[in-house]
Amino acid sequence: MIKEYLTISDVAGPLIIVEKTIDVKYQELVEIELSSGDIRRGQVLEITEDKAVVQIFEGTTGIDVSNTKVRFLGKVIELPLSLDVLGRIFDGSGRPIDDGPQIIAEKKLDINGNPINPYARDYPNNFIQTGISSIDVLNTLVRGQKLPIFSGSGLPHAKLASQIARQAKVLGKEEKFAVVFAAMGITFEEANFFISDFRRTGAIEKSVMFVNLANNPAVERIITPRMALTCAEYLAFEKDMHVLVILTDMTNYCEALREVSAARKEVPGRRGYPGYLYTDLATLYERAGRIKDKKGSITMIPILTMPEDDKTHPIPDLTGYITEGQIILSRELHHKGIYPPINVLPSLSRLKDKGIGLDKTREDHANVMNQLFASYARGKEAKELAVILGEAALTEIDKKYVKLSDDFEEFFVKQGEDENRTIEESLAIGWKLLTIIPKEELKRIKDEFIEKYLPTDIAMEDKDINAVKS
Amino acid sequence: METIETAKIIKVAGPVVVAKGLKNAKMYDVVKVSGQKLIGEIIELSKDSATIQVYEETSGIGPGESVFSTDMPLSVELGPGLISSIYDGIQRPLDILKSTKGDFITRGAEAFAIDREKKWDFEPISKVGDKVTSGDIIGIVQESSIVKHKIMVPYGIKGEIKEIYKDKFTVTDTIALIKDREGSIHEIKMLQKWPVRKPRPYKKKLPPLEPLITGQRVIDMFFPITKGGTACIPGPFGSGKTVVQHQISKWCNAEIILFIGCGERGNEMTDVLLEFPELIDPYSGKPLMERTILIANTSNMPVAAREASVYTGITIAEYYRDMGYNVALIADSTSRWAEAMREISGRLEEMPGEEGFPAYLGTRISSFYERSGRIKCLGSDDKEATLSIVGAVSPPGGDLSEPVTQNTLRTVQVFWSLQDKLAYKRHFPAIDWLTSYSLYLSGLSEYYKKEISEEYIELRDKSMALLQEEAELEEIVRLVGVDALSSHEKLVLETARSIREDFLLQDAFDITDSYSSTKKQFLILKLIMEFHKNAEKVIERGVTMEKLNSLPVKAKIIRAKYIEEKNLKAFSEIEKEIISQISSTTD
Repeated sequence: MIKEYLTISDVAGPLIIVEKTIDVKYQELVEIELSSGDIRRGQVLEITEDKAVVQIFEGTTGIDVSNTKVRFLGKVIELPLSLDVLGRIFDGSGRPIDDGPQIIAEKKLDINGNPINPYARDYPNNFIQTGISSIDVLNTLVRGQKLPIFSGSGLPHAKLASQIARQAKVLGKEEKFAVVFAAMGITFEEANFFISDFRRTGAIEKSVMFVNLANNPAVERIITPRMALTCAEYLAFEKDMHVLVILTDMTNYCEALREVSAARKEVPGRRGYPGYLYTDLATLYERAGRIKDKKGSITMIPILTMPEDDKTHPIPDLTGYITEGQIILSRELHHKGIYPPINVLPSLSRLKDKGIGLDKTREDHANVMNQLFASYARGKEAKELAVILGEAALTEIDKKYVKLSDDFEEFFVKQGEDENRTIEESLAIGWKLLTIIPKEELKRIKDEFIEKYLPTDIAMEDKDINAVKS
Repeated sequence: METIETAKIIKVAGPVVVAKGLKNAKMYDVVKVSGQKLIGEIIELSKDSATIQVYEETSGIGPGESVFSTDMPLSVELGPGLISSIYDGIQRPLDILKSTKGDFITRGAEAFAIDREKKWDFEPISKVGDKVTSGDIIGIVQESSIVKHKIMVPYGIKGEIKEIYKDKFTVTDTIALIKDREGSIHEIKMLQKWPVRKPRPYKKKLPPLEPLITGQRVIDMFFPITKGGTACIPGPFGSGKTVVQHQISKWCNAEIILFIGCGERGNEMTDVLLEFPELIDPYSGKPLMERTILIANTSNMPVAAREASVYTGITIAEYYRDMGYNVALIADSTSRWAEAMREISGRLEEMPGEEGFPAYLGTRISSFYERSGRIKCLGSDDKEATLSIVGAVSPPGGDLSEPVTQNTLRTVQVFWSLQDKLAYKRHFPAIDWLTSYSLYLSGLSEYYKKEISEEYIELRDKSMALLQEEAELEEIVRLVGVDALSSHEKLVLETARSIREDFLLQDAFDITDSYSSTKKQFLILKLIMEFHKNAEKVIERGVTMEKLNSLPVKAKIIRAKYIEEKNLKAFSEIEKEIISQISSTTD
């Protein structure tokens, strides 16, 4: 029998303290009934012999000390799951908000999950073609990877994420694919963009959405990504699907965590974030991956907006330590009108080396990638020099590099929102760009590849690149 | 393990549980929490209550549940069967857990760290009547194709061998009987236990003598670590720290490698797990796994077990050291270990020190690194052995002033400063030659002079001076342009560039370049400096830098790193070409 308590002693921020509790468990699910009849849910954060600290997901507004009833439900938070979740939209605590029926559970899973045994993991090495040149060629995404997008406010990370979700595919074979989307504290407009974009392209049929908007309670954001990932694990490891998880915006998630931590009067770490932020983020991000002998996989793209575009802020910093690389968006490129504004130099995919090359993409991929990186970097450096000393100070060869780096941004990085380039097309544009500099400069490419792939019409006009693109 | 129910839980807060009524509880005793038997350790004691850190998820645990005492501190099992294993932070074998519990690590999973069924061929080397003492080797087991596991008389036992058997045994079988002075008989088994937080004893610590050769040019030549030494690699993310560590564990000339993945990425551990068995140990030609033990406590695994993982690792490392081996321990990353301490300290509501880290952070770090060293082992044969530690730190935001890095630098002797700006330029290993240091340099001089060449030290110092000069000159170039430099200064820039690109830059993924012997390292650097020396002479006579750069031998210097180890005599040819081609420029 479930007991009802009327013994709230304190309400502080998102927390309530209930006294005289009996037989309550750590992380148990809690239901509270306000005097108005409102039902809210919470979770036990700390429990002593006769006192429980409970965090309320929907916030504590309207809770009073004397009339609010508290019920401990005797279980941890579970998500009901079946294949019917596909195509559905839920709120941040997993309740349907699309006017559809409740999910009849085939299985109920603890949303905290369990860590994957490192020994059971399989190394991610299947190339995912996103159709975006700057990702496919230079920062290759592979199945089972977690690759965050480091963005800033006002940058088109939502567009980019939804383009990836739309276009991502593994070459060669048709396999079951699903997108799980978790929105944490984003605006209605941004959420609506994703929903309508998924509807427009039919992706919604293969999607599951968990939406916590900016005006929804902040504390709920702590469980939203866990709901989404539990759903993803179910689809991937029990239903053999390849799942792409998009988490946006991790910054809001961390802020919610900080709020709870502050309310509990915990000793803060850097910038007021709790000392366990790294561990907490890891328990989310590390749920991505592949498992030996299982068909499905979880690939994760968390999005976070860096406060003041600062990469050393604790959220991007700790994220970068856990994820396998990062895609960094640049405000400068965005201002130049380049979409997607991916700043390729500091971006990195740590798992790319095992996902590219012969039989995966193309034999020359690694060489072209290194050459483009190096040449673009040199062009940018020369450009900086030109700003200080004037264009005249540049040598002939440096001028060519400058041209290459400009064209690189204009034709390689820049592409349409619905433009889905194959890896061959992307590599072809790369090779075209490399004709700008003399052949002797292609030090990072093997001679046999130069022979085989370098376009022979040396003088290249812009229209040629357009020809490649079309 | 025998467990007695003694206490009741009164509080649960994350991984910290408080229990009341624990009888005879001692600090750092292991307890089992609730009916699920979650493993925990006592970390604080008061009169009637004990604070326990639990190594597993505590959700669903509540007050009133039982706590069982085991009356034992957290210990590791030591014996044949450790090599090639992969353990979590509290020495549970992950491969066994996968086969018994499935792909996810569930709670309360238990498995023996060392296989109890497997029989080992025990070859006694002592005989009945021998007087033996703790640390003496009484027999040998071929543990893997490379490693001979030496069975030692356990600590605290001394006496005469009454019986010793030669046969196939499991680790729990009795292999010998020893009678001590009081006349009591001790049954000796291959399996031993040792509490992880207590350093294993040795006779005497000795100063380090020899370098730990890693085959990485920037490390061995400029910032060497000794066998028994300590080094620290701080690296902001994306600076190639992991590759450097993998390179060291692959190539270093220690006989046993312990790799601790402490709070790092799951996929990275998988990479190690899949790659190490494929890699061939350059010294024996056998798979690298045959001399490696892995500890993997990834970031999403319980935080308290992460705190324990470095102790588990170093205790196993000490055990092999005690057999007389050179052991290298690589911990990635000690920052995650420190963060685990911080998290637990926070739950205990201790007064925090800097940035929320506990005040005892510095003590813990330095006592961990102090478990390294070159030592004289216990036992009557005075064997010498070493344990080297390479610890990675991951400073948040790349800021080296943070407490973990600072406390580590206070202890370690070698600092390999990884820079992301070098990594962006694709200069790998991205170890900055201007800010790194090694305090072992002078101590190792004799070794280098004797083993490699009398010129070694001079060559190294000269080239380092050139790199320093380059940094200053670049400052000038930035202000007034390259034309303001004298031709001699231009030569310095060119040689420094050559040192950077043709010597320091090393490709971990190229079969030949991945490892350079110290001899080859010396020869490459010698070529570069030979060119410099000869160029200096002719440049005074008006030969231009362009002309020197266009000499065909330049290309050979660039390719020198790809000369195979068996073909080192090719270097003297190139050297001759350098001399003749440069002198011909003045004709």
